[in-house]
Amino acid sequence: MKKSKVFWGYAVIALVIYAVVQLLITTGVIDIYYKNMLITMCINIMLAVSLHIVIGVTGQFSIGHAGFLAVGAYISAIITTKLMLPFPLAILLGAVAAAIAGLIVGIPTLRLKGDYLAIATLGFAEIIRIIFLNTDYVGGAAGMQVKYLSNWTYAFVGVVLTILVISNFTNSRHGRACISIREDEVAADAMGINTTYYKVVAFVIGSFFAGLAGAIFAHNFYIIQPTTFGFLKSFDILIYVVLGGLGSLSGSVIAAIFLTVVSAYLANFPETRMIIYSLVLIIVMLYRPTGLMGTKEITDLFKFGKKGGTK
Amino acid sequence: MEWIQQLVNGISLGSIYALIALGYTMVYGIIKLINFAHGDVFMIGSFIGFYAIARWELGFFPALLLAMTICAIMGVLIERIAYKRLRNATRIAALITAIGVSLLIEYTTIFFRGAQPAAYPEVFKNKSLDIFGVQVSSTSILILSVAVVLMILLQFIVHKTKIGKAMRAVSHDADAARLMGINVDNTISATFAIGSALAGAAGVIFGIYYTKIDPLMGVIPGVKAFIAAVLGGIGIIPGAMVGGMLLGVVESLVSALGFSLWRDAAAFVILILILIFRPSGIFGKNAREKV
Repeated sequence: MKKSKVFWGYAVIALVIYAVVQLLITTGVIDIYYKNMLITMCINIMLAVSLHIVIGVTGQFSIGHAGFLAVGAYISAIITTKLMLPFPLAILLGAVAAAIAGLIVGIPTLRLKGDYLAIATLGFAEIIRIIFLNTDYVGGAAGMQVKYLSNWTYAFVGVVLTILVISNFTNSRHGRACISIREDEVAADAMGINTTYYKVVAFVIGSFFAGLAGAIFAHNFYIIQPTTFGFLKSFDILIYVVLGGLGSLSGSVIAAIFLTVVSAYLANFPETRMIIYSLVLIIVMLYRPTGLMGTKEITDLFKFGKKGGTK
Repeated sequence: MEWIQQLVNGISLGSIYALIALGYTMVYGIIKLINFAHGDVFMIGSFIGFYAIARWELGFFPALLLAMTICAIMGVLIERIAYKRLRNATRIAALITAIGVSLLIEYTTIFFRGAQPAAYPEVFKNKSLDIFGVQVSSTSILILSVAVVLMILLQFIVHKTKIGKAMRAVSHDADAARLMGINVDNTISATFAIGSALAGAAGVIFGIYYTKIDPLMGVIPGVKAFIAAVLGGIGIIPGAMVGGMLLGVVESLVSALGFSLWRDAAAFVILILILIFRPSGIFGKNAREKV
């Protein structure tokens, strides 16, 4: 009973946020600049949460997330611009394509651990980028023209869907298996958890939602280029997860919102932005290696004394 | 003959990778950290060489020495400020800090001098030598000889000197080395200094070979040097040299076959294949993980 009440509570909050923003957009209070910022924010939240399930929940250090973003962006762009099919179908197919890419990348690389996994995923992301760079069908280095089809509704539905699926997954039996892999892979294996299976599942889910974000990302700009999906994009997404807290979904969301706003205000000073980013990254890692929120969720902060003991 | 020429190009390029890879391998061997900032030390070395030659009108060898010295100091500073606190932290925290340091160096450089590339001055008249019918540029020979001399010097330091012995001991077992009276902190700093000096030297000869440098140039050679280190077996010094040379040759051959745009992808494919089929590298022994 209690659980479903909480769920409907969140559903109402989400609907209210959606309705208020939509009203403000239609009445023109939120102009095109802020509307664009809101959509970017949604895309970044989706990316942060989809990487959170790989790094934060399962503890697999993947730093090639931009590769899956690229797959989603390009596949969906091909579907709308070249094949002239409707946008929702493009989003779905972009996400599925990214999930398949995640499966192909995940099965061989997830046997690796720690640093090696990080470098291998980075390598795969670069290979994906180089493939798009050398494919003339999608415009090569010059990039590809994309129709402007994204709007607030698509972006918001995407965010709600991402958070809903990933938080439900985390709280399920499968999610707990993933958390046990994060805490101690050898012990999890010894307890009979099929570690490879769960790592691949988490990776594929993460890739799927990165692809979803990619589809909305591609149709929010008029052009997509392979250079957009390089190392830096991957590191940007990593920073959201790390700053928010490794293992905290709400932390990733908050960090994504906060850093989108900060980088929007620093858009004219890109060097300053990156210097601040890197300093924040170093200082947070030196003084709080689990990120700002640790593994706590924002809702934990409101549960005063309801649960006894330490959790 | 065309093939031999490509082989020579590949070896020159490979010797640059090998010099950077040595720093990665030494640092990884001693503190088990992928030092992402290493590629940026390489970039700084390249810029110091550029300013030394173009602005202060030093010769090639003084510029090389200056770049090596400043990079060595920088490497020690990075270790002392950012990495030292993280010796007992999780691997992820250490790796993220390394990424942070790397971004910090890159964008601080861009902040001070802008992102535009600089044209490296010509230090030597580039002549083509004809060796048994193969055209070899004098720059290639210079790069190769500088790299080989530095590698021999490194082998000497690691195997014949006291600090080299300490480095080997610490990389084998840091706690046991400490019990034997080795100052582990100083040994780690020395490792960073030597590795960074090699990266600085690689930066200068890279500039002379490619004649164009920019603040983000360290990223790709940095990653490739890491691939070279993994290829040879990470933590093993001769492995880094062989891995670097091999990678350089493969890249040149891929370019020669007409797939120059796929060059970077080839390097990553090699990395992934090595990681999947022989994670300990060419020279590595398989060690079973203990719980």
